[in-house]
Amino acid sequence: MPKYTLFVNGQSMTVEADADTPLLWVLRDNLNLVGTKFGCGVAQCGACTVHMNDVAMRSCSLPVSAVGQNKIVTIEALSAKGDHPLQKAWEELDVAQCGYCQAGQIMAAAALLKKIPNPTDKDIDDNISNICRCGTQVRIRKAIHVAAKKQVK
Amino acid sequence: MKQELTRRNFLRVSAITGGGMMLSLSFLNNTANAETVADTAFAPNIYIKIGTDGSILILAPNPEIGQGVKTSLPMIVAEELCVDWKKVQVELAPLQAGFGRQTAGGSGSVRGRFTDLRKAGATAREMLVAAAAQTWNVPVAECVAEDGMVLHKSSGKKLAYGYLAAKAATLEVPKNPTLKESKDFKYIGTRVKDVDAHKIVTGQPLYGIDTRKEGMLYAMVARPPAYGKTLVSVDDTAALKVNGVKQVVKLKNSVAVLATSTWAAKKGREVLVIQWEAKEKLENSTEHFAMFKEMIDKGTNPSRNDGDWEAAKKQASKTIEAVFELPTLSHGQMEPLNFYADVREDKVELFGPTQVPDSVRKQVAEQLKIAEDKISISTPRQGGGFGRKLMTDNGVEAALISAAAKCPVQVQWTREDDMQNDFYRPAEMYRYKAALSADKLLAWHQSGVGIGRGIRGDSYVAGAIENYKAEGQALKSNTPTGFWRAPGANTLAFVAESFMDEVCTELKVDPVAYRLQLFEQAKQKPVGKLDYNPDKYKSVVELVAKMSNWGTKTPGVFRGFATWFSFNTYVAQVVDIKLEKGKPKIVKVYCAVNCGRVINLSGAENQIQGAVVDGICHAMFPKVTFVNGAVVEKNFYSYNMLKIKDAPLDVAVQFVPSEEAPTGLGEPALPPIAAALSSAIFAATGKRIRKMPFVEQMT
Repeated sequence: MPKYTLFVNGQSMTVEADADTPLLWVLRDNLNLVGTKFGCGVAQCGACTVHMNDVAMRSCSLPVSAVGQNKIVTIEALSAKGDHPLQKAWEELDVAQCGYCQAGQIMAAAALLKKIPNPTDKDIDDNISNICRCGTQVRIRKAIHVAAKKQVK
Repeated sequence: MKQELTRRNFLRVSAITGGGMMLSLSFLNNTANAETVADTAFAPNIYIKIGTDGSILILAPNPEIGQGVKTSLPMIVAEELCVDWKKVQVELAPLQAGFGRQTAGGSGSVRGRFTDLRKAGATAREMLVAAAAQTWNVPVAECVAEDGMVLHKSSGKKLAYGYLAAKAATLEVPKNPTLKESKDFKYIGTRVKDVDAHKIVTGQPLYGIDTRKEGMLYAMVARPPAYGKTLVSVDDTAALKVNGVKQVVKLKNSVAVLATSTWAAKKGREVLVIQWEAKEKLENSTEHFAMFKEMIDKGTNPSRNDGDWEAAKKQASKTIEAVFELPTLSHGQMEPLNFYADVREDKVELFGPTQVPDSVRKQVAEQLKIAEDKISISTPRQGGGFGRKLMTDNGVEAALISAAAKCPVQVQWTREDDMQNDFYRPAEMYRYKAALSADKLLAWHQSGVGIGRGIRGDSYVAGAIENYKAEGQALKSNTPTGFWRAPGANTLAFVAESFMDEVCTELKVDPVAYRLQLFEQAKQKPVGKLDYNPDKYKSVVELVAKMSNWGTKTPGVFRGFATWFSFNTYVAQVVDIKLEKGKPKIVKVYCAVNCGRVINLSGAENQIQGAVVDGICHAMFPKVTFVNGAVVEKNFYSYNMLKIKDAPLDVAVQFVPSEEAPTGLGEPALPPIAAALSSAIFAATGKRIRKMPFVEQMT
């Protein structure tokens, strides 16, 4: 099996995996970073969202061989202490129900805030397309607005 | 820090420190953790463990599938125990005798356990108070419990629960502890965050899919590609050559590939050469609906028949009719199914997502011919349930694979597996007829048919009008059906309430005022059996009218209203929409709920908001179509789910204040929303939508 040296969460990590293995499964099965979730495998639901060079990326559809030296950040390293404004807002507003999709939702929202620090409702509509069957979208929207305000402070 | 970790020490330490350790504990030791901890700490009942260091562990007895019971059930215990919630550790309980019904279903966890959990907390509190009174040699009546301490009121002396634990453990367990008065509640009725909130937002391992065990292999299973097809033969030569694939196991009607990674198992599965044979008819959704129509036209014996439909029809000045079609739906819970199993000669360890761990254990025991007491099972936090995991197939299958492969195995399903191997929300068709005079609904005739199971014959119009007739029929099919959030009600509320809105339009009456009139009629002069409480129905209709300023008009905003009763809870909703380029944009939803006492205000509101959005999603977007027994919509690229742009900007929720025992909450807000939405779309466009998914009707 080929070896790949990836730059994940600020560290160089070498993994052995088939070239077509999606980054998602390398993170989960090789690196034991299981915060990134599998939901559909076809880049539709967003549960597997990570950052590649600060841009939201659906890791289920990105082969490990295509990652190269791009900087990957997963939910485990979104913040050092779990206190990113979005993480705090998510807790404050008690957003989660089952919670399964929320890491992906937060990663998608974090990429949005990097691009647009104070997004409008339309910005949120245009940029967040993750699925949540529990129906937490109302609280997700509020939490993004709350986090945007926290960032400004 | 090095410390010899004897098994006994480990059990105690892990139970007291919590943090996910409880799960490993159930692997080490089948079921005995409560007893093992109890001999060194105070455990007056199965739910509570208090360490001598003052640490408090409360076990949540029911599976957590997103309905919030891992938070709300321990809250009830903590309330009566009088402890500081911030210092309480919470774990999900393993399946164990003494916990009662350990099921997540029927919106039943809180309503079934409220009193027992209060008693559990109060028992412990009284014993700790008695221990303090004995220590101080003062009457019990002079002592009170507060935030994990017992206080002697006159002297101001205080002792912590941890200090009192050992003594309390020696005292007699009170049979009828005194429960708190509701005015003294500190947590019940307040907003409490989910106990796992921080772990969720930081991506810590919580779910079945995150299970990693020594020696475990990952498995993927090739199951029949269509209902009606059966396994004939498999050639696994190519699969066994795939990097990482270790074993191929043939089961009765499926083939499992075991590998060192999920991806290798999936690649191995892709190159299996399998012969499937059609042993039964391969069914089509179009045929289902054609059969529905035939069956409705033919009719059947009514399940309820008040008054005389035929006679009333003759007196009517007008008869209206509407036919509604509801598609098959998949569960689409975000965590694809999975399960961990380690089957050994003398013991079995099971861990994974299920709403019915007791049924999984029972069926594994039957199939493997192993005694139930040799099988331990616990559940992780689960990425949604919605009724899918009331079925036991994922757990039983994992056990069979582990038994055949003779190694621990984590079976992982793909989304495509979930879509093709579901127990679906059955497709249904309803035909409604109403006989009207100039100003009155004289008679109502409802006829429904669905796949797999019969249709409920009653809805609230029954009991409120003199002539009511309901027929229900079931179409036999080899496409499997099961429970899907608010089974039965999720479709019945849509069709009955949409048709009621049509009746209101014909009668030229206000839909809110007319419902109130019907409930008053049901109260004053009930016809036949009344399955609901008209006053509670009125309480939510009146509240939502007030919340939404019903009767006022905002230019460009169109409204719809609906109300429904399920799981002993009453819900009324108003939906406000706008038209954007001819398409409805939901602006706001108002929702009034009468569910008895609310335990966790934040969790309860979240359930209501979520059920509203979930109901909008499934009214608007997805459907499952069978063609020759295979599901056409194989993944989320064609099984369309709601995105944040489609969700209301706000869902305002109010609960009718109540001192009554809690009723169901995870499901009841879903049923009425589709009818409220379709009525709003009618108000905006003049078009009645009688078929889901709505998007297909609006182009």
